Amino acid sequence: MTRVEALRAIYPRLEDLVVVTIMGAVAAELQGIGHRPNFFYLQHAMGLASSMGLGIALARPERQVVVFDGDGSVLMNLGGLTTLARYRPRNLVHVVFDNESLLSVGGFPTATSTGSDLAGIAAAAGVPRTARATTMDDFTRAFDEALAAHDLTTIVAKVDAVGPSKFVTDLSLLENRFEFQRYLTRR
Amino acid sequence: MSPVSTANSRLVYDALKASGVRLMSALPETWLVHLIRMAEEDPEMTLVRLAKEEEGVGISAGAHLAGVRSAMLMQNHGFLASINGIVSCAQLYRIPLLMMVSFRGEFGERDPWQTEGGGVTEDLLRALRIPFSYLDSPGHVAHRIAKAETLALSANKPVALLLCRDLMWEEA
Repeated sequence: MTRVEALRAIYPRLEDLVVVTIMGAVAAELQGIGHRPNFFYLQHAMGLASSMGLGIALARPERQVVVFDGDGSVLMNLGGLTTLARYRPRNLVHVVFDNESLLSVGGFPTATSTGSDLAGIAAAAGVPRTARATTMDDFTRAFDEALAAHDLTTIVAKVDAVGPSKFVTDLSLLENRFEFQRYLTRR
Repeated sequence: MSPVSTANSRLVYDALKASGVRLMSALPETWLVHLIRMAEEDPEMTLVRLAKEEEGVGISAGAHLAGVRSAMLMQNHGFLASINGIVSCAQLYRIPLLMMVSFRGEFGERDPWQTEGGGVTEDLLRALRIPFSYLDSPGHVAHRIAKAETLALSANKPVALLLCRDLMWEEA
């Protein structure tokens, strides 16, 4: 499974959800499929996308939030999984695309390539629902079940270490930030 | 009895509430104990206890974009631990942060382990171009907090208030 295929498969479900992504390939691929005002791309601050998702989910409990995270980013903020679990926002689905590498900076392997199990770590941190997906069917089913469950869920999707040819897009960071804020505070 | 000032902690807490703060992130530190308990006991406040202070930058950023005002309660060592998030999330994306930083390691500090961080805190705030001021006397707590929040929101940037020994600690 590639990450862009996985994103494309669930893209129609994202229309009314509040979406936060990490930097690099995930942001570029989602923008390539089609940017929407309800998508925010945290183009730096590795590790903090899940914390931003928590802040939004706590501030707006009536909105469903989805965070698209990565193995390298989660490994930089493992403590954040315990904070997510502690406050258990039932309106947050945390998707981790695990390609076992830091793809955008040379493809060096992360610790998930030598056995660190992020779904296991999330479960042990206290995240009430976790899932592992290695195929598109697994992934789309896990995503739909997470939305239907109305509970904090971490889905670790094992994906190929492939990405777009370039990471810089024509959407400026601040344009994205103010558009997203306007979207969130107008409804 | 802890010599941390309950009365002055209450002044700080009430000023944060009056400036519209409805979410606080915190990591415990001796000087912050009363503030954290006040947040915990206040049904109008969402308290988020962190594993590490940098998480608070992300949480405050998310809350701000979603329309909720927040404050971060941290020790100056927590500020040191948050710098990448402050620069590459809050400053990069023009996010207002109200950072309430207990200023350990200044004159009067008895704990040797706090002294190094105290010596670099102000220089780091200046290097990061973070506007900051001191809370060291009860008389100016309310208006300095209100003004700090006003600047954070008008400039869309992080600001810091240093909670000083003279305000927070009652022991002679």
